[in-house]
Amino acid sequence: MSTELTRLQTRLIEHFQRGFPTTPRPFETIASELGTNEDTVISAISDLKDKGYLDRIGATYATGRAGASSLAAMEVPDDQLEKIAAQVSHFTEINHNYEREDKLNLWFVVTAADQASLETAIKAIETKTGLPVYRMPMIEHYRLDLGFALKWN
Amino acid sequence: MELSNLQHRLIERLRDGLPLGKHPYADIANDLGTTEGTVIETLEQLIAHKVINRFGMIIRHRALGYQANAMCVFDIGDDAAPDIGKAMAALPYVTLCYRRERVAGVWPYNLYCMIHGRDRLTVRAQIRHLIARLELHDAPHKVLFSKQCFTQRAGKYGAPRASVSLPAPTETRAIPDEVREIS
Repeated sequence: MSTELTRLQTRLIEHFQRGFPTTPRPFETIASELGTNEDTVISAISDLKDKGYLDRIGATYATGRAGASSLAAMEVPDDQLEKIAAQVSHFTEINHNYEREDKLNLWFVVTAADQASLETAIKAIETKTGLPVYRMPMIEHYRLDLGFALKWN
Repeated sequence: MELSNLQHRLIERLRDGLPLGKHPYADIANDLGTTEGTVIETLEQLIAHKVINRFGMIIRHRALGYQANAMCVFDIGDDAAPDIGKAMAALPYVTLCYRRERVAGVWPYNLYCMIHGRDRLTVRAQIRHLIARLELHDAPHKVLFSKQCFTQRAGKYGAPRASVSLPAPTETRAIPDEVREIS
């Protein structure tokens, strides 16, 4: 485990992946909860971001409530994977893009403001890559929230 | 729910994340040409109406050591899928669970769950436990571990665009090396 987090950073990640304060000075609210000060919280969070552990403080959305989205997959010849993956990632509608171990080896989530924009984006990906994009839109979710418990050994 | 123009714009603004200053909501209000109070109220509405299902620190789980990331897919009869999905979602190591449409002739699987772990041995043991616990031995299934992460960024929700344009290369965020390690 090469990750080096301060105790404050660990506590921030444990406590504020959800329910982030919506007070006018949220970092001060957090600071008083954790017994430190606002500047210390802001610099601890900036450091997490600089080191690539934090993507952003932001929102994740319930599928279908904020716009349109679909999981999608492609079967890409191995020797073209890097190239095609880069082409797919180039579209700002892509929010996750992974190589997975299967014949369908490239998996990504396409998001857009509405269904028409989503369709347009998927068609544009097919045109750009010359490969079919299989769609697996969500029917129903049973667990969506993706927060991580930090379990240190 | 039908989103207001301001809600759309706030969602779009949040893609870049909350600014890390002392008054982040005032900073956003400034960008959107409204007041701090309106931004906070609009954000709280989106949370209350469950448009936003989580508001907080969005971490790069692979950088933090969660390298063994398995997508497990099952082919379950449509009638049974909701109950099995709910039971699956209740298992402590399942991070995401949903039912999706099948792709005729290509992909027969309709029930998905994700397990994020630090090592494959543990994740494989959890998958065996899941199959035993839910009695899914006879259900066709597959486990797809991730190998490389090419992209992780915010969804492009917000105001609709007239057309999709290819972004300039600078808009594609570089993935830090540690995130791209083969898991």
